[in-house]
Amino acid sequence: MHSRPLCSQREAHAPQRPHRSPPWKRPWRRLAAAGVLAFALAGAVPAATPAFAAEKGVFFPETFTLSNGMQVVLVTNQRVPVVTHMVWYKVGAADEPRGVSGIAHFLEHLMFKGTEEVPPGAFSRIVAKNGGRDNAFTSWDYTAYFQNVARDRLELVMKMEADRMSNLRLTDQLVYPERDVIIEERRQRIENEPADRIGEQVNATLYVHHPYGTPIIGWPQEMATLTREEAESFYKSWYAPNNAVLVVSGDVTAEELKPLAEKYYGGIPTRPVPERVRVQEPPISAARRVILRDDEVRQPSIRRNWLAPSYRTDKEGYAYPLQVLSEIMSGGPTSRLYRSLVVDQRIATSAWLGYSPSSWDMTSLAAGASPAPGVTMEKLEAALEADIRTLVEKGVTEEEVTTAKKRMLAEAAYARDSLTGPAQTLGAAIATGQSIDDVENWPVRIDAVTADQVNAAARAVLGQTNHVTGLLLPLQDKGS
Amino acid sequence: MIVLSKRLMSKRVFGACLFLFAFAITTPAAAIEIKRVVSPGGIEAWLVEDHKVPIIALEWAFEGAGASDPKGKEGLANLAARTLDEGAGPYDSQAFAARLQDNAIALGYDAGRDGFGGSLRTLSDRRDEAFELTRLSLAEPRFDAEAVERMRAAVLSSLRRDQADPNYVGRRLFYSTAYPGHPYGDEIRGTLESLPTITPDDLRGFVKDGFGRDRLVVAAAGDISPEDLGRALDHVFGGLPATSANAAIPDIEPKGLGETLVATRPTAQTVMLMGQTGLKRADPDWYAATVMNYVLGGGGFGSRLMEEVREKRGLSYGVYSYLIPMEHSALVMAGGNTVNAKAGQALDIMRQEWKRMADEGVTEEELADAKTYLTGSFPLQLSSTQAIAGILLQVKRDELGIDYLDRRDAFINGVTQADVQRVAKRLLDPNRLLTVLVGRPEGVTATRTIDGGS
Repeated sequence: MHSRPLCSQREAHAPQRPHRSPPWKRPWRRLAAAGVLAFALAGAVPAATPAFAAEKGVFFPETFTLSNGMQVVLVTNQRVPVVTHMVWYKVGAADEPRGVSGIAHFLEHLMFKGTEEVPPGAFSRIVAKNGGRDNAFTSWDYTAYFQNVARDRLELVMKMEADRMSNLRLTDQLVYPERDVIIEERRQRIENEPADRIGEQVNATLYVHHPYGTPIIGWPQEMATLTREEAESFYKSWYAPNNAVLVVSGDVTAEELKPLAEKYYGGIPTRPVPERVRVQEPPISAARRVILRDDEVRQPSIRRNWLAPSYRTDKEGYAYPLQVLSEIMSGGPTSRLYRSLVVDQRIATSAWLGYSPSSWDMTSLAAGASPAPGVTMEKLEAALEADIRTLVEKGVTEEEVTTAKKRMLAEAAYARDSLTGPAQTLGAAIATGQSIDDVENWPVRIDAVTADQVNAAARAVLGQTNHVTGLLLPLQDKGS
Repeated sequence: MIVLSKRLMSKRVFGACLFLFAFAITTPAAAIEIKRVVSPGGIEAWLVEDHKVPIIALEWAFEGAGASDPKGKEGLANLAARTLDEGAGPYDSQAFAARLQDNAIALGYDAGRDGFGGSLRTLSDRRDEAFELTRLSLAEPRFDAEAVERMRAAVLSSLRRDQADPNYVGRRLFYSTAYPGHPYGDEIRGTLESLPTITPDDLRGFVKDGFGRDRLVVAAAGDISPEDLGRALDHVFGGLPATSANAAIPDIEPKGLGETLVATRPTAQTVMLMGQTGLKRADPDWYAATVMNYVLGGGGFGSRLMEEVREKRGLSYGVYSYLIPMEHSALVMAGGNTVNAKAGQALDIMRQEWKRMADEGVTEEELADAKTYLTGSFPLQLSSTQAIAGILLQVKRDELGIDYLDRRDAFINGVTQADVQRVAKRLLDPNRLLTVLVGRPEGVTATRTIDGGS
């Protein structure tokens, strides 16, 4: 992520850790908040107590539904008297009409442009004035707004968030300068960064027909023509209480939350919301390569993406085995890929594999690496392929599965020790078609995964030959 | 064993808001209790004890270590940070990593400008293993040739990768210009030239010289009693030498003030970075400067820079200011990104805001809003066990006192308009900014142009 110190002094100066996670389905935010939210690779970042036991229960949320159909989810955490208040809309960039790419994210920005009661720009100022922080983010499948505030300000932010659910007021004077802002955002976050440009191109190549191939922030030529009317139409279609989920985490109980939720959100009328109609991918039989050469690039890299099922599209039961597979292949310095490519063969300086099952439609699994000095990309690619082939042909061992599961369950114990993490995980899960029960059962389902299941999932996904390979290279191949 | 306690965390001041209604929820007198723990062996730590989650976080730093790598060995401290957890005592790299991973223990080191930090997070039922592995990493790091080479390659790779990031190129150019010949001007990860010269013996020397108990600062939080923490402190740190031998680092004023450097890069956008002398953490005007910075560009939405550059004109996605207090220098900085064609315009606006703040200070309303934000948002940072330990460590390192969190609101609320005006006048001079631009900025007069910029 780019450095954007909002309020921290020391961190601005901190050295960057060389390790970098794969650029994985990064949601777009109105403003990158410094470290407010960390998105985990796996959809659920679960916890379990005691440490290593696979019992049902991660966040132990409570849930209820308002009379207008709005779902409310609460995770009580009384460590400090603060709360995270989030509203998730079940709509994202993949729900955009064709030709208006970026409208979901643009609307997210415009949601801060005011209502009759809260003038343009005042929303964030009021939150800040009350000692809180607020922001928003957009993904392909959801758009979410959040405020972190002292518990006695929960009512204030609920009132304001509920207000803009139905009372947004846009004018041309507000809308069009903000369009310039999102265009700058695109320049800053994608066009200025070759690693992000190749990611966008790989994605656009992997999804031939499905809107997941369209960048969340939008294609530049379409962003430049987005209109106020299109934003309003998107808002009117999708921003309804029955298409939203309220998630609150922190120092509040259900008895306190219920009357407030009814008071502020409960009175907003239910409205008909369109079905999510998503085109499905056609069968693609060709392997594809995307090569980005840029004079700025000094450190090349390779990545390869395969289509994979998400939780919601997982008919074969691969979603949990693929997470275990990901841990075996890429879960730290003792994982297969790192050990093979970086430690043993010394042909890479980093190696990774990632899979995120939290997606309304299908998702992808990806692997990648950066070459060690003097190693050609051809050699690196061959080695990466060899490791994948070995995996598909010979599979993983029972012992690898057992160790990986143990680590995953143990890591899970940390997940509840966070203010925003539980709200984040639950909101994303529900917005992509999972139930709370699915999230809470994560440890049990991970624990039930067998080596045979991991191997079947690995064969099914990594055995596909219609993958997309992305190469980020310097302008001239020097020395290779 | 000495245990002293201090109640912390304050009740918030009610800020003005547009809505007037009664709050249905009342704030309990919230408290985080900080205990001062002194181990039988005399090692002090601050602790926030919390048995609600089965997690322990330990954060520590060796003050001064890492600030100055020897000339030609730039990147030494950082390479040590990357390699300390790559094998220790009887365990080689893979064995050590496996023990950490299999027990879900997170152990890491970080080389900073003014100190060398360590961080441990463990489930409480794994704490003995966690403390022992931490002890080994500090007392008996192996620095096996294989691990050193592997980490060196990773750092080199990250340095090369960053060459494609104009934000990084801008930061590097700024610091090397502001602090020539001083460690603050060096890339903390080293250079393509310096890294190959660093040997395992250099790393051993770094640890031997830097990790003395006289420079050690420790904080902890979570599921551990003061007595158990005391024992753990002696176990983990007790074997370290009593004193360390760090090189003295001279104070330095930033150089290049008034210059505008343009590094030409073929990018669509210009990265802007500007700064001048700021103030150190111990400066009596620190809180006034904090308020000033919040209003100027430190507050995200609603700050003057965001309002003028982004909200009114749509020139940038992000524009901001911040204070950087260091032990031997200090900066007040601002930055942002904008399309090349409008870089001159954006820069002019930023400089105008610099001048307006210096001339006029802040309004009564801005002052009040800054105070409610700066006091009210503080508890939000106490968001996890590790975050709490991290805040304790910072307060301890800055020598603000164990009761600082109690007093913090009063320091901020005591700031007056005149204080902000004074500090703004003292710090902000648009003619004395060192400005660095990366891209193909239009409408900018450069005092020096650097082709490629790196």
